[in-house]
Amino acid sequence: MSWFSKAASETQITHGSRVWLYILAGLVMVFLVAPTVIVIPMSFSESQYLEFPPRTWSVRWYEHYFASSEWMAATRTSVLVAFFTMLVATPLGVMAAYGLFVSNLRFAHLIFLLLISPMMVPVVLIAIGVFYVYAKLKMVHTVGGLVLAHSMLAIPLVLIVVSSALKSYDMNQEMVARSLGASRLRAFMVITLPQIRFALITSALLSFITSFDEVIVALFVSGGDNATLTRSMFITLRDQIDPTIASISTIMVLVSTSLLVMAQMFGQNKDGT
Amino acid sequence: MSVADILHPGAAAAGDAAPNADGLKADAALERMKLFGLCSPALLLVVVTMVLPVVWLFYLSFLSDEGTFSLEHYERLTASKAYARIFWTTFKVSILTTIICVAIGYPLAYFLAQLPKRAAALCMITVLLPFWTSLLVRTYAWLVLLQRKGLVNTWAIELGLWDEPIKIVHNLNGTLIGMVHIMLPFLVLPVYGSMKAIDTDFVKAASNLGASPVKAFWKVFFPLSLPGLFAGALIVFVLCLGFFVTPAVLGGGRVIMVSMSITDTIELFFNWGAASALGVVLLVMTLGTLFLASRLLNLDKILGGGGGGGGH
Repeated sequence: MSWFSKAASETQITHGSRVWLYILAGLVMVFLVAPTVIVIPMSFSESQYLEFPPRTWSVRWYEHYFASSEWMAATRTSVLVAFFTMLVATPLGVMAAYGLFVSNLRFAHLIFLLLISPMMVPVVLIAIGVFYVYAKLKMVHTVGGLVLAHSMLAIPLVLIVVSSALKSYDMNQEMVARSLGASRLRAFMVITLPQIRFALITSALLSFITSFDEVIVALFVSGGDNATLTRSMFITLRDQIDPTIASISTIMVLVSTSLLVMAQMFGQNKDGT
Repeated sequence: MSVADILHPGAAAAGDAAPNADGLKADAALERMKLFGLCSPALLLVVVTMVLPVVWLFYLSFLSDEGTFSLEHYERLTASKAYARIFWTTFKVSILTTIICVAIGYPLAYFLAQLPKRAAALCMITVLLPFWTSLLVRTYAWLVLLQRKGLVNTWAIELGLWDEPIKIVHNLNGTLIGMVHIMLPFLVLPVYGSMKAIDTDFVKAASNLGASPVKAFWKVFFPLSLPGLFAGALIVFVLCLGFFVTPAVLGGGRVIMVSMSITDTIELFFNWGAASALGVVLLVMTLGTLFLASRLLNLDKILGGGGGGGGH
């Protein structure tokens, strides 16, 4: 029982008298992780009702997913759109973050606020607005239109991540390079960029995942041959509990987990250097 | 004597240094404008795909069916009991989700903040993993777990908690469970960040001076963690106001929030004016909450102190 009477924090409270805190925190952590973790074994269940633990194991829902040309087309669209969103949002966001940081204008604060406003405006409103404008421009159901809309949603994240990295970066290093004859562009590319590369990778991953997981804008703007995976999933979900979605979910969890692990690994490197 | 000297006799008298300094100043200003130009592609994209559409919807909301200026869409919003119920549901779901998130998220953040570094990093995965997992996947997972023959019902009956399957999903309870699950990381991360920034010497000093552990927590630690708590609760509340996917799937048509009403108005009735008016009200509610919060609290300071989540 000695652990129970030991001091647990600066207040000298004992572990024993705050066992409730450990139990509560444990339960909340289980609550956070359990649903996504339980879906994985369920997706290997033979039954239509997704038993847990599965009585008979099978990969029939995976076969169903990979054999369906509609699900495959939706997956291709999602990956394509997410990839292009990453390619558009990351450079645009980095340029804006750098521009705002070095130009140091009086109204830079307002511009920053405007650029992160897609985070504050309800997505539903953005979705129907974009739908309306795209309908006029005949851009509904196009990959390009969706990429632009998703890039706009991702720019705030890139801006925040890169700005905070620039804040802890010593701009004098770039000045030194320039005083030695490098152009501003070269100084940025050779000196600054390599040092904020972790922020760069994080924001690229965030842009990708923002687009890949986005539902509402895709619901309105994508469709036809260019429906995204999330759009098809959402439409299916509203009507029934299709076990195929369990297999797709498992794949998506694996994708996001590996992205998270990658981001954390780069983050760890940052601490080391 | 040059032409310039004749035209501006004062300039020559001011000496050689002044024109040079002016030139440098102009150069610097030009350089800054050029650098500022780096923002323009991002700015253009945000203006074209967000500002313009939203302004357009704003305009549409004041247009009658005949194309003249009118307030009819807003009048309908205030007159109809159905809309009053939708706004009340939105507010109720948002405030309940925020309260539950605070009640269970604050203790979790407190627990995480006091763990040794390695253990904290490990436990933090439980907060970050859902954060990175698709919202749709998590909503689906709850739909599967909470359904009539789902895991929660099966296990609860086996454990003797209740006798026969009860309805947990396709209603308010299911919506709340799903929304709390989605929103919890948005609360835990800023609270954790602000707790980590607290100087523990304050708490030690309180204990040294004779405060009981409970008193030291409430009088010293808790007030210092409030900025992070307010920031987290604000983010959760504002995100809830415009939430769509989770209530649409887990509410089963019984929990109608403003966002769902907007999409229905478009998809079923093609009524752009009415949908736009609803959207404008939702936007005003959201920005109004943020504005009020920024008046009441020093938001920059809070977001700066609670930015721990931003780096991940």
